Amino acid sequence: MTIAPLPVMPEAPPEPGRLRRQLQEFSRSPGAVTGLAVLIIIIVLAVFASVISPQDPYDLTQLDILDGRLPPGSESFSGLVYHLGTDSQGRDILSGILYGLRTSLTVGILSAFAAAIIGTTVGLIAAYIGGRTENALMRLVDLQLSFPTILMALMMLAILGKGVLNVVIALIIAEWATYARTVRATALVEREKEYIEAARSFRLPGWRILFRHLLPNCLAPVIVIATMQVARAIGLEATLSFLGLGASVTEPSLGMLISNGYQYLLTGLYWISFFPGIALLVTIVSINLVGDRLRDVLNPRNT
Amino acid sequence: MSALLEVRNLATEFGAKLGLRAVNDVSFRLERGKVLGLVGESGSGKSVTGFSIMGLLDRPGRVVDGQILFDGTDLATLSDAEMRRLRGKRIAMVFQDPMMTLNPVLTVGTQMIEAVRAHDPVSKDVARQRSRDALGLVGIPSPDERLSAYPHEFSGGMRQRVAIAIALLHHPDLIIADEPTTALDVTIQSQIISEFQKLAEQSNTAVIWITHDLAIVSRLADDIAVMYAGRLVETGSVEEVLGDPRHPYTRGLIMSVPSQNHRGEPLRQIPGMTPAINRLPPGCSFRTRCEQATDACAAMPDLMSEGSRAFRCFHPVARIDA
Amino acid sequence: MRDLTPPLIEARGISRRFGSKPDLAAKIALRLGLAKPQPIVHAIDNVSLSIRRGEVVGLVGESGCGKSTLGRVIAGIIPPSEGQVIWQGRDRESLNPKERHAAALATQMIFQNPMAALNPRMSIEDIVSEAPRTHGLVPKGGRQDYVDRYLRLAGFDPTMKGRYPHQFSGGQRQRVNIARALAVQPDFLVCDESVAALDVSIQAQVINLFMELRERLDLTYLFVSHDLGVVEHISDRVAIMYLGRIVEEAPVEEVFLRSNHPYTQALLAEVPRIELTKRRFKAVEGELPSPLNPPNGCHFHPRCPFAMDRCRIEVPLKREVAPGHLSACHLNDQPTV
Repeated sequence: MTIAPLPVMPEAPPEPGRLRRQLQEFSRSPGAVTGLAVLIIIIVLAVFASVISPQDPYDLTQLDILDGRLPPGSESFSGLVYHLGTDSQGRDILSGILYGLRTSLTVGILSAFAAAIIGTTVGLIAAYIGGRTENALMRLVDLQLSFPTILMALMMLAILGKGVLNVVIALIIAEWATYARTVRATALVEREKEYIEAARSFRLPGWRILFRHLLPNCLAPVIVIATMQVARAIGLEATLSFLGLGASVTEPSLGMLISNGYQYLLTGLYWISFFPGIALLVTIVSINLVGDRLRDVLNPRNT
Repeated sequence: MSALLEVRNLATEFGAKLGLRAVNDVSFRLERGKVLGLVGESGSGKSVTGFSIMGLLDRPGRVVDGQILFDGTDLATLSDAEMRRLRGKRIAMVFQDPMMTLNPVLTVGTQMIEAVRAHDPVSKDVARQRSRDALGLVGIPSPDERLSAYPHEFSGGMRQRVAIAIALLHHPDLIIADEPTTALDVTIQSQIISEFQKLAEQSNTAVIWITHDLAIVSRLADDIAVMYAGRLVETGSVEEVLGDPRHPYTRGLIMSVPSQNHRGEPLRQIPGMTPAINRLPPGCSFRTRCEQATDACAAMPDLMSEGSRAFRCFHPVARIDA
Repeated sequence: MRDLTPPLIEARGISRRFGSKPDLAAKIALRLGLAKPQPIVHAIDNVSLSIRRGEVVGLVGESGCGKSTLGRVIAGIIPPSEGQVIWQGRDRESLNPKERHAAALATQMIFQNPMAALNPRMSIEDIVSEAPRTHGLVPKGGRQDYVDRYLRLAGFDPTMKGRYPHQFSGGQRQRVNIARALAVQPDFLVCDESVAALDVSIQAQVINLFMELRERLDLTYLFVSHDLGVVEHISDRVAIMYLGRIVEEAPVEEVFLRSNHPYTQALLAEVPRIELTKRRFKAVEGELPSPLNPPNGCHFHPRCPFAMDRCRIEVPLKREVAPGHLSACHLNDQPTV
């Protein structure tokens, strides 16, 4: 084909990219920026827990039962200062918190991420295929959502038994439905847009339309829910551990630590539960601050 | 006779820091009972001009310069409260989307009665009577029953009629209509315009009709003002401006309408596109798209008067041969 | 004046209804008399239209008349409820998978809203190259050249192909849509209100582009529009739709000089043209009836100044009133006075 070029239109003024605009938008909220900063510190602390911690609280050879229940600031025979005190086993609370953060964040992120993948896939498929498949999948989602999450998780743990991995599985099963419902709703709107019609008329394969066209345009709400869900999962894990159904004693989590100190709260040994509680609170609040702002920034009406 | 509305050197800016001029140095006069067609493409500043007069600019939009003399008072200096007293009473606006005026969860009657009583302390019954009459006036069948209907129970055309009826409730001196028929079908569009024409003539109301459609303006308006990139480029009577445009942009717009061209031949198009208001070339904004442009156009031409008309161009075009 | 070669594409007796099938819960509710049956919209009602190779057919009507639905059925984006679409002399349903694939690619659509028709998360280059790459139309290693060629063909500067749709104006986005459609080398384009969303000066540029492409690439068009001025300018033949039916169909000069159907005449009277004297607008009375509940007989009779008793009962059939000029109006059966 030999075709002479047409006169070309003059250049359009480039607009700032979407990502840069959203970053600017995000940074306009001091709360969210603080939350993000705190969150980054928390993540760094958790990742490097084994390096930073003065003590490996789960290496029994490092523990001395005689150091048990020391108040914050006490010093051990070996010269180690327990800045936040120790628990009944003589574990350094600060070290416990750092290791506990690691477990809690892993549980939160892993379960939110896996639930997001499962839920998003189910929601997309339901919206794209429609008909009976959609009906069946969405009834399952309804059924799932009609159970309180905590009840669902408790039931799963009753079946699966204790352990961090089982907590993650229980949380995935308890949480995937939220994603499925949201993604389906978004995808139903996007599906009617002309670019999907165009993709169909170009006879693109179904999986390509689903994952290359539909999915990227449904991701904004998934990111927001996933952020919030990490916080929720951390809280849920803490609850489960507190109830004695979560992590086993050898796998510390913030919930476990709080639960350990609970019996001493009224006897004045506040620090065993109090400091892990504060750590849990700060983590959840900072994640929620970031999530809230993300929701505002990623709102499709703003983009 | 003094004009009902006289806009002098109006300038409106947007943008918190940069101060983007959406409207710049806009001046025109409008007398009672006359229709002014304010014409331009998207981004030309025509709607912003309308909103500036109404005092309905969303922040950070603001009038930064000029006067809007309405019956002797400068609207630009009025407080929000004073403006609110005027709006709906002496100046009314009709939007492209009638749902801008209508509340979807209240019946049309409730909204109209409220609108009447907002400015006139009359009884509910009197207000209802006046609402009913206004609906009848804009050609809505069985207005009594329609008063108790919700906006979604009306078709698009009927909804726009309701919006017009609300605008007419207080027999305003001035109506600003922003593309009120653009979303409607041709036959419905004609119905609405014909109602408007009748009503404006009967009540001696002045109208600013904001549109991109030259054909509508040619039949409806007395005077026409063409905007490009925030400035007026040509003003005058419809006959002068559309029959014998002097500004190359006006001429280009007229010529690119399909019915002004011969079938089978390419349409005579204006090359390029409207520059964004933050990237206007220095001097005449149109010069990058203009065939007549010379070095002289690197300076901004003033609006040059020629009798009753004016244009902003150093190289005005001669008459179009039909 | 009869052309014996088979039309490129032909719609035969197409009907299209919209309305959801009741699910189990709805069925139970219906059975118990707790719910009213879902209304069914007859978007198109027994419509036939044929388009010859190289022709530009304008399809005109007001909103809700079914013109966009008919365009989509012909483009193969939605299936008809009844009737057939004949592609180059053969029923599209009877084609084998390979032929059907070729026929589908040969028919492309240009949508009304240029932004909504582009995936906002893909670059211009990916948008244009996706379909031809999927279907093996791009020679190995020639992707850049291929994309550049089609962008240039649509008058879009290829150096900007790395950018995203939101960075461009409406006119440029529509050029990307056109380039994307051309890149699968179609024979036939369905343009659904493709210039309606554009500014007047940009509209003229895009219309000129369509006409130029027709010459260069030997394209056939179905041009769906509400704008009679645009349709008059670019079409060879025009079909007028009213409430799901084609009421008149004729070469463009016939329609504009000797329109036969009262609806066409009313519509033509409303075409806004630039005039230099102020004139009163006069309008067809009444509103468009709802397609949920169309009037009996001729759909136009409640608004028609010439309506007779027969129009309220009997659906008029399309018949030839002049060579190539079809009209569906009972007035044509009246003895001429």
